[in-house]
Amino acid sequence: MHNKSVAELSRELESGQVSSVELTQQFLDRIKREDGKYNSFITVTEEQALADAQAADAQRAAGNVTPWTGIPFAHKDIFCTNGVRTTCGSKMLENFVPPYDATVTANFRQAGAVCLGKTNMDEFAMGSSTESSYFGATTNPWGLGQGEKRVPGGSSGGSAAAVAARLVPAATATDTGGSIRQPAALCGVTGLKPTYGRVSRYGMIAFASSLDQGGTMARTAEDNALMLNVMAGFDPKDSTSLDREVPDYTVTLNEPLKGLKIGLPKEYFSDQLSPAMEQQVRNAVREYEKLGATVKEVSLPNAKLAIAAYYVIAPAEASANLSRFDGVRYGYRCEDPKDLMDLYTRTRAEGFGTEVKRRILVGTYALSAGYFDAYYLKAQKVRRLIQQDFINAFEEVDVLMSPTTPSPAFIQGEKTSDPVTMYLEDVFTIAINLAGIPAMSVPAGFVDGLPVGLQIIGDYFSEARLLNAAHQFQQVTDWHQREPQ
Amino acid sequence: MTISRKDIEKVAVLARIRVDDEQVSALEKDLGNILDLVDQLGAADTDAVEPMAHPLNAVQRLRADEVTEINQRDAFQAIAPSTENGLYLVPRVIE
Amino acid sequence: MQWDIVIGLEIHVQLATRTKIFSGSSTAYGAEPNTQANAVDLAMPGTLPVPNEQAFRYAVMFGLAVNAEIERRSVFERKNYFYPDLPKGYQTTQLERPIVGPGYVDLDLANGETKRVRIHHAHLEEDAGKSLHEDFHGMTGVDLNRAGTPLIEVVTEPDMTNAEEAVAFAKKLHGIVTSLGICDGDMSQGSMRFDVNISLKPKGSDTLGTRTETKNLNSFRFMEQAIAHEVERQMDILEDGGTIVQETRLYNGDRDESRSMRTKEEANDYRYFPCPDLLPVEIDDSFIEQARDSLPELPDARKARFMEQYGLNDYDAGLLSGDSKLAGFFEDAASHGKDAKLVANWIQGEFSARLNAEEKSVADSPITGAQLGDLVVRIADNTISSAGAKKVFEALWSGEKDNVDAIIDAKGLKQVSDTGALEAMVDEVLAGMPDQVAQYQQESDPKKQKKMLGGFMGPLMKASKGQGNPKLFNEILVKKLGG
Repeated sequence: MHNKSVAELSRELESGQVSSVELTQQFLDRIKREDGKYNSFITVTEEQALADAQAADAQRAAGNVTPWTGIPFAHKDIFCTNGVRTTCGSKMLENFVPPYDATVTANFRQAGAVCLGKTNMDEFAMGSSTESSYFGATTNPWGLGQGEKRVPGGSSGGSAAAVAARLVPAATATDTGGSIRQPAALCGVTGLKPTYGRVSRYGMIAFASSLDQGGTMARTAEDNALMLNVMAGFDPKDSTSLDREVPDYTVTLNEPLKGLKIGLPKEYFSDQLSPAMEQQVRNAVREYEKLGATVKEVSLPNAKLAIAAYYVIAPAEASANLSRFDGVRYGYRCEDPKDLMDLYTRTRAEGFGTEVKRRILVGTYALSAGYFDAYYLKAQKVRRLIQQDFINAFEEVDVLMSPTTPSPAFIQGEKTSDPVTMYLEDVFTIAINLAGIPAMSVPAGFVDGLPVGLQIIGDYFSEARLLNAAHQFQQVTDWHQREPQ
Repeated sequence: MTISRKDIEKVAVLARIRVDDEQVSALEKDLGNILDLVDQLGAADTDAVEPMAHPLNAVQRLRADEVTEINQRDAFQAIAPSTENGLYLVPRVIE
Repeated sequence: MQWDIVIGLEIHVQLATRTKIFSGSSTAYGAEPNTQANAVDLAMPGTLPVPNEQAFRYAVMFGLAVNAEIERRSVFERKNYFYPDLPKGYQTTQLERPIVGPGYVDLDLANGETKRVRIHHAHLEEDAGKSLHEDFHGMTGVDLNRAGTPLIEVVTEPDMTNAEEAVAFAKKLHGIVTSLGICDGDMSQGSMRFDVNISLKPKGSDTLGTRTETKNLNSFRFMEQAIAHEVERQMDILEDGGTIVQETRLYNGDRDESRSMRTKEEANDYRYFPCPDLLPVEIDDSFIEQARDSLPELPDARKARFMEQYGLNDYDAGLLSGDSKLAGFFEDAASHGKDAKLVANWIQGEFSARLNAEEKSVADSPITGAQLGDLVVRIADNTISSAGAKKVFEALWSGEKDNVDAIIDAKGLKQVSDTGALEAMVDEVLAGMPDQVAQYQQESDPKKQKKMLGGFMGPLMKASKGQGNPKLFNEILVKKLGG
């Protein structure tokens, strides 16, 4: 049962072969049994999940069903869940139980899905390895067989590991610089970062507001489409959410790919990429050619500046977004503050972890008097150059393909001592967030027994096309069905 | 680009994060490395480029002036570190 | 040394919207602490702002009323600083592209001159909450009901040269925003708060001196006092050879003292940057035209109309047209009272004196414009004397009765205007005062004669039990005493 996709489980629930309560219990048991190895969950909501499953079964009996009625899944612990602790991987929010739902959370509730708990993540989504979580690192289910604990990627490493380990068939995630695609690649699952503005950010704890986007993670492209059907849409509570029609993303999954024009950005096939990784990605592209696509090389001349621009813009926005964690209205507060300054400085020194503090300080510096023009304004201009590169590329081709990461999952602790090495993990993903376009990572092979991700990048609001391309690939490959041992 | 201890201490005050001497030393190295990475921006020719604050060329939607919220003080203050008589308490503020 | 005073103002005007600028919470004044602070106002994690259209409409109306350019694409910035009454750790405000651009207001000064004060810009922003410093075991209590209330901050050029001009500007602005209906103008509740920037320079110099900012003055009187106080303070320092420190000062109106604020604080660095949770706000022609169509009569137009329609002089018209509530009161009274000039005198005299004495605003007045109008009718038609009128006014004010004629009857205030009866009384009184009559008749200076008439009025009023028409008594006296 745990190997089945959301689409398959949905059909089994529909046919009455299994009830939501049974399904939920099975997955909860599996989490209890297995998650000690991965630490992919921060909070498991057993009682609530069983109650929701019971309610879902009742809904089904009453004839009120959606494809999600009774389907177990998990939320990244960045989405606020009314009545359920929401930590964002931080000591700052260790005991924070929001009295409100994120719009994404409410949407899944509305659809009748059964949330089993909240998945682990890098603190405040700042990281590429899920090692900066206050609740301990998550371990990648892949590589354990070789006796090494590898990172699942991050920041949505808990969601990726949980899906890869078959603890849930699907999980929500967020992506600010690669936080869906990189862990999806490293854990051998399928993930989609939608166009900025496609999924509401309301109740999704902010890291960098102009880059953050909620998205999907599951094993199949079809399940990603089912998730996006629930998540996408206009939200009057989010000023940056777009009032634009949401298609049924499952309808176009089976369209043929004949004539699809694929561009390969030459900058993403550089010497940063290991030959073995490149081989896997080129093999995947060849599969697309077999499906009738054409391939040409394109150029994103400013892509090399993406990391630099990102590490100004994201920390700058974060430095303001995280000012609200001040120990006054909610969250962690230091013991016995002697005055207001002490309350602030000690609460924030004790409540935030090292990487979060580092980024707040970088962002504060970049915005401070005398540096604003050289850093923030300059980065915003470079951002436009990067966006223009993509606009130009999409005049020539329909989608871009590249590796998702320069290398497969690395060993825990390998990159924690030098933040910049960690930042380079996102070298192929980060420009997409700066431009605000959608992109997916799709399992596309293995190197040394570790999954490799193919990144498919599309123009604004082309999620249906990306899902279609990923789904067609998954009809002729089985990388996404491989199970870690 | 190097960042001085003095700069780090100043920024830490602005950001209201206490840092001890040892942390300042570590930050000097780490922030210095990050700023080196960021300094690549200087190479880009951006003379005629408009800054991009936002990925989408959209304009702000405005909300009708109608009260949509109800009093939920009890729920919000149940998760507050310190309240009394409906007020959030902080160490005495001297103006 | 002679000094020129240079004054600029920053005025925070709370907009009278029903809800906050970025959330659907009520802005009603006086609610229990934190009962009007929702998830967005409390900066709960993940919450996001959505701007209130009415706040923009009001800001545009204000811009049109002060002859300003309207920014077609305005942007919100974050101003970063930590304070317990600022839940997000930044204030959402406008810096680079404020909604209202340069404009101006013309002031009519007491000397008859017109003074133009230029407005640099006005921007939309959110108000902060309130810190309550009463004792909570040595703690401060924070109420966030006010957090997120929309404000426009109006920033003038440093065009004012004395306290009188600054106060005249402040009053004019108060009149404009209350006439527009975009602010309730209640300064005691903080609906308008003034910051005054003051500097001195040697007379005739072109170089501006170092300025100080005196913050949060919430009455015209305090503003006037604070300016006088600060000018004197700076003058003392400069004349002793000292230098002015650029700083923010707090004025205590009750003690007429000021002190420096935040002396220990590190240099502010607000790290402004465009708020990524909000998009640029585009204001199109139709929005502006709709706002223009909804503009009510403004003080300048109203003043011109008062002069034209009611025959008021420039001074009276200026005083009565500034505040929309006072203007409305005047018009109610004048439409009942016929004699607009007399109505104006009563409003500026007895009525204003009582409001001031009881620290009431026009809106709190226990008497209506119509009642005052009825009273003036009875003065004008000689039914009551001015002394009697004051008694009627008292009765109306205290709420004894609400009908002017009923009060006159009940109190027996009706004047005797029967000439025959009055002449008989005059004859009788004059007969009893032969010496004074003779003195009067021997006096050659008409001015002194006029003064001497007063000596007969007392006994005449006594003889008439206070009900004789003093004007008629006067006429009869002059006639009887001969020239």
